Amino acid sequence: MAQRALMVAPSDPAQKPVADTPSKFEVSGLRASFGDNVVLRSIDIAVPMQRITAVIGPSGCGKSTFIRCLNRMHELVPSARVSGTVLLDGEDIYGRRVDPVLLRRRVGMVFQKPNPFPTMSIRDNVLAGLRLTGGLDKSRADELVEGALQQAALWDEVKDRLNAPGAGLSGGQQQRLCIARALAVEPDVILLDEPCSALDPISTARIEDLLTVLRERYTIVMVTHNMQQAARASDLTAFFLSGELVEIGPTTKIFTRPGDSRTEDYITGRFG
Amino acid sequence: MAASLSDGRSSGSTRPRAETLFRALCLAAVIIPLLLLAVLVGDVLIRGLGRLDWAFITSLPSRRADLAGILPALVGSLYLVTLTSLIAVPIGVGCAIYLEEYGHDSRIARIIELNIANLAGVPSVIYGLLGLEIFVRVLNMDRSLLAGACTLSLLVLPIVILSSREALRTVPKGLREGAYALGATHWQSIRRVVLPMALPGILTGTILAISRAIGETAPLIVVGALAYVTFLPESPMSPFTALPIQIFNWVSRPQEAFLINAAAGIVVLLVTLLTLNSLAVGIRNRFQRRLR
Repeated sequence: MAQRALMVAPSDPAQKPVADTPSKFEVSGLRASFGDNVVLRSIDIAVPMQRITAVIGPSGCGKSTFIRCLNRMHELVPSARVSGTVLLDGEDIYGRRVDPVLLRRRVGMVFQKPNPFPTMSIRDNVLAGLRLTGGLDKSRADELVEGALQQAALWDEVKDRLNAPGAGLSGGQQQRLCIARALAVEPDVILLDEPCSALDPISTARIEDLLTVLRERYTIVMVTHNMQQAARASDLTAFFLSGELVEIGPTTKIFTRPGDSRTEDYITGRFG
Repeated sequence: MAASLSDGRSSGSTRPRAETLFRALCLAAVIIPLLLLAVLVGDVLIRGLGRLDWAFITSLPSRRADLAGILPALVGSLYLVTLTSLIAVPIGVGCAIYLEEYGHDSRIARIIELNIANLAGVPSVIYGLLGLEIFVRVLNMDRSLLAGACTLSLLVLPIVILSSREALRTVPKGLREGAYALGATHWQSIRRVVLPMALPGILTGTILAISRAIGETAPLIVVGALAYVTFLPESPMSPFTALPIQIFNWVSRPQEAFLINAAAGIVVLLVTLLTLNSLAVGIRNRFQRRLR
């Protein structure tokens, strides 16, 4: 695992073609609400495999709720409701027999605020997913820790203090630790909910570089407030407004020739 | 015109008089109870310290004040605290986990919650009567340590539950979500993430509750703790006495010598309480340090 991570080519900011990539997620008629408050209405979207899809839009447009529907985190809020279908590799994740716990092991998530577990060391944080779920093979633990930290570009900074508390790292390091923690479970998809909004520009740049490397292996969906970030770091951009998908397309196209005047208004800073 | 931050007078006098007054009142609120406490403790120490020696701690009670000791009461109290912790902590923490993590908005959880808040305010004598009826009579525990510990457990449970819930509630939502996002089940997230975080808070509440149990007298009298015990408890089913009971008994004697015994007993009770508390605080701090 470590080997593979080291052999990946250095980050290549050039966007990848998206036209004929197979879909990882196919979402149709997705509707989500909290009590009487409908947050998403009838979303149809296809998320391509091994690409970075950025989700942009003004606050309250439903972009966070959208990615939380992709790993069934939305329903953890007591009043939350979801309907519609979300196919992951062709299988409906809202199907009757799907266990959301197993789904979340395939669809990892990184949150806005870095949330390493404060009671655990750096090493234990990386292993947390496996240990929590009882799937840790102790003889492979060291290898797993190194592999995940390498992939998250954190290994060199923490290799000498793996037993130090995870909460003692800087914000940017904590966020990469959270990425490493998500990677250690070996998911197919990583969802990121404004992963850089609490970080400084240098940490942000490191995470963006990291994502371009990670897309070689993972499908990435990233919510962002920052339009420059979407333009820099994504292959595909989806623009949400008031709980609806306005348009989705290759990032270069969305930012240079948007198909909808509302998208143009938003990216040129006329509102939001 | 540039506004000046200073009006020429010294900074102290520019403060509104009300603030100075408020500060003085708050300070008084700190000092008055501390003074009272100091007077009480001082009085007890002056009267009791002279009487306090190793023989007093290791002797059985006696009709003669100068031979009487406090050993059965001390052992009884330690037994009670241990048994009460063993009973009240697992039940209390379990109840708090249910209410906070599983019950949430359910109607039954809200009813339980309301009742617990009310129970925390019930006078301890009432718990004694309840213990007498349920544990001593119906469950046939007789006037045993176990019956006393069960009664004290009832008394402290509301405090354990309320403070454990408070501790569970302070665990950030982001950490629970982090666990779920890794594919943890509800139980796994509670066990590995939420409980370790909440543990120092839970311990703090438990310490407070158990301290309360050490000093309780009324429910134990009702349940039937004996006042004159010339043997040490051998099992949870033994009859027993406890420090506050022994003190209460001595205070009610007319002879001056027994009053001095009572003062010495109070010193023993205070030292026991402080020792147990600092032990518990030490344990809590160890867990807390792990969090930093």
